[in-house]
Amino acid sequence: MSDQNEIPLWEVFIRPRNGLSHRHCGSLHAVDATMALNAARDVYTRRGEGQSIWIVPSADITASDPQEKDANFEPSESKIYRHPTFYEVPEEVGHM
Amino acid sequence: MGNDVLFETLLRLADNHLILGHRLSEWCGHAPMLEEDLAMPNIALDLIGQSRALYAYAAEIENQGRSEDDLAFLRLEKDYHNILMVERPNGDFGHTMLRQFLFSSFMVLFWERAQNSTDKVLSGIAGKAFKESQYHVRHTAEWIIRLGDGTEESHKRMTAATAALAPYIGELFEADAVDQSAISAGIIPRASDLRGAWETQVRSVYAEATLEPILDHQAQTGGRIGQHTEDMGFLLAQLQYVQRTYPNMTW
Repeated sequence: MSDQNEIPLWEVFIRPRNGLSHRHCGSLHAVDATMALNAARDVYTRRGEGQSIWIVPSADITASDPQEKDANFEPSESKIYRHPTFYEVPEEVGHM
Repeated sequence: MGNDVLFETLLRLADNHLILGHRLSEWCGHAPMLEEDLAMPNIALDLIGQSRALYAYAAEIENQGRSEDDLAFLRLEKDYHNILMVERPNGDFGHTMLRQFLFSSFMVLFWERAQNSTDKVLSGIAGKAFKESQYHVRHTAEWIIRLGDGTEESHKRMTAATAALAPYIGELFEADAVDQSAISAGIIPRASDLRGAWETQVRSVYAEATLEPILDHQAQTGGRIGQHTEDMGFLLAQLQYVQRTYPNMTW
């Protein structure tokens, strides 16, 4: 394997069907956006998974700090009244 | 036109795709990066899929009780009628990409027109193969541009690949008596009619890749009548090993 440290990393998002949203499915190495799209097609849509592909440079993603996990997320855990569990979603609505 | 012309025409096409598919499959597990380790077998599977459809139809046309597997695995070297370009050893990654690009650029034009073949089965195969080949061109062209117009080393290697493959271009556009009969019957397009469009496409990619096109080298030919390069025997030894060692074995 060649030294892949010099080849940028890309995040891949695939839209499985019309009407659904693109979902993150993995990452890959490619020298630029065109090559990343081709590679995404080859790596992540081999079993008919995709209708559309988005790729994003991993370096452009700003992520939350794992160290601040508690400060970020623990306060919401005690607030169950925020969950809309009192409603029943009619089947006709489908994906939400 | 007899069935023998149709059979031979199908066989040549099928052999081109089986042998090139086999060559590409040799990269599986050895590609320079993981992404290409999936991309090259993907292309190989497209090619082998095309050859399967062609062999199955050829076996039906021949009507001698041979199956697609018999045609693919149990013939002698001189009975394979693929062009020489597809049996050339892989060389480095750039050489493999260039070989695929030269071949697939031709096949896109070929399949596009073969969709109007007077033979309905072949025109059906052409429809699927046309779409697959378009991706093969796109994938390989992008690599050639980046390797040709890349580092000093990659440019040097691509230049060597253009020279190494140049003698095998002419055979793509050849037509012997069998081809002429198939062309007259409207089964396949005339390869020489595709040359203009093929050169335009190849020249534009070479230009972007800063590579000097060598497209009119004196042609090495003979594949159509089973005269192969010395590498073909080794390829067949590997390709046929399982079927010859365990006759009639299936997956």
